[in-house]
Amino acid sequence: MNIFLAIVIGAIFGFILQRVGAADPDKILGMLRLTDLHLAKTILTGIGVSSILLFLGLAIGWISPSHIHVKSLYAGVLMGGLVFGLGWAISGFCPGTGVVAMGAGRKDAAFFVLGGLVGAALFMVMYGPFSSTCLFHGLLGGKVTLAQAGKFKALIGGAAGTFVAVVIGLVFIVLSAKLPTSFRSEKG
Amino acid sequence: MYWNWKIGGIALGLIFFAAVALVKPIGVSTQFVILDGIIAKALNPGVVTQDKTNKSGYRSLNPYLNKSGGKYARSVANPWNYSFIFVLSMIVGGLLGRFFTCPEDDKPSGSIPEHHRRRFGDTAALRYLMAFIGGVLVLWGSRMAGGCTSGHMMSGMMQTALSGYLFAFAVFVVAVPVAIILYKKQGE
Repeated sequence: MNIFLAIVIGAIFGFILQRVGAADPDKILGMLRLTDLHLAKTILTGIGVSSILLFLGLAIGWISPSHIHVKSLYAGVLMGGLVFGLGWAISGFCPGTGVVAMGAGRKDAAFFVLGGLVGAALFMVMYGPFSSTCLFHGLLGGKVTLAQAGKFKALIGGAAGTFVAVVIGLVFIVLSAKLPTSFRSEKG
Repeated sequence: MYWNWKIGGIALGLIFFAAVALVKPIGVSTQFVILDGIIAKALNPGVVTQDKTNKSGYRSLNPYLNKSGGKYARSVANPWNYSFIFVLSMIVGGLLGRFFTCPEDDKPSGSIPEHHRRRFGDTAALRYLMAFIGGVLVLWGSRMAGGCTSGHMMSGMMQTALSGYLFAFAVFVVAVPVAIILYKKQGE
């Protein structure tokens, strides 16, 4: 059953990423250069919609809290994010959209995925000596959320948490709607 | 034509919600590590071995595959698991997405992004090299951070995870200025 869901949800996810333009480096670079914020609006709406549905689903008990998986907060998240941002700006791909673009037949995406396998392998080799450093020490309790989700630590619990999460979700959607399609104009 | 941000954002939100409601939050970058592990195991079967004393039932010589009781080692030994099949299926989704692209919008496979072409010219090798280097940095960064755009930014912020907000901040704080400088338009 799980394998069936993996095939169906994975294919739909890949399809959507392709259809919103996320697997097109020109759309990604347009967003990062602040000249075409269409994709930023799409992403903000996506986070808002999924978050509101998730927290309402959890509140009324339709979603099993065991499905929630919160990632730990540690200094490496900041450091990894900075390196990620550099690679994202250079290539115009992230791991998911690179895989999807390769499926859509882009050769540059195949090179991105190849580079990704090398980058992941480098990290696997470096992890041993790194693992005991403060880079990986959990901060503020590690796996922690703003609003209570599942059994993970949260800054705001219970019904107040659900309320805050729904409000944040709405803020994302309003922000997305208010965001102009461009901050900077293209010249020439 | 790509979907507009309203349709695209709602579709993206629904698939992230469906994944967590039915199974677990969407994530991609871990599977680069799993594929590396599968390749390593094919070259040297001793990389991952069965071990009842380890929590997952598997043990690896590599400290990263062996972390959290050999969780990744188990996935390497059993590639037909939800998360790995999910990412493979995304490739098919990308291909399907391309079928729905109008011919006039469809860029030739192996194409060079417009942003790249106008700054660096038509040499495909340079684009492939930049995509490869980007891939190395993006996946190294993802693994250091413990997730990527899907796992940290989308799934993480959906759950209001503090790690998701930090990751998003770190990524954009680098990616925006680098993309603006690297893909600067002539006369801008």
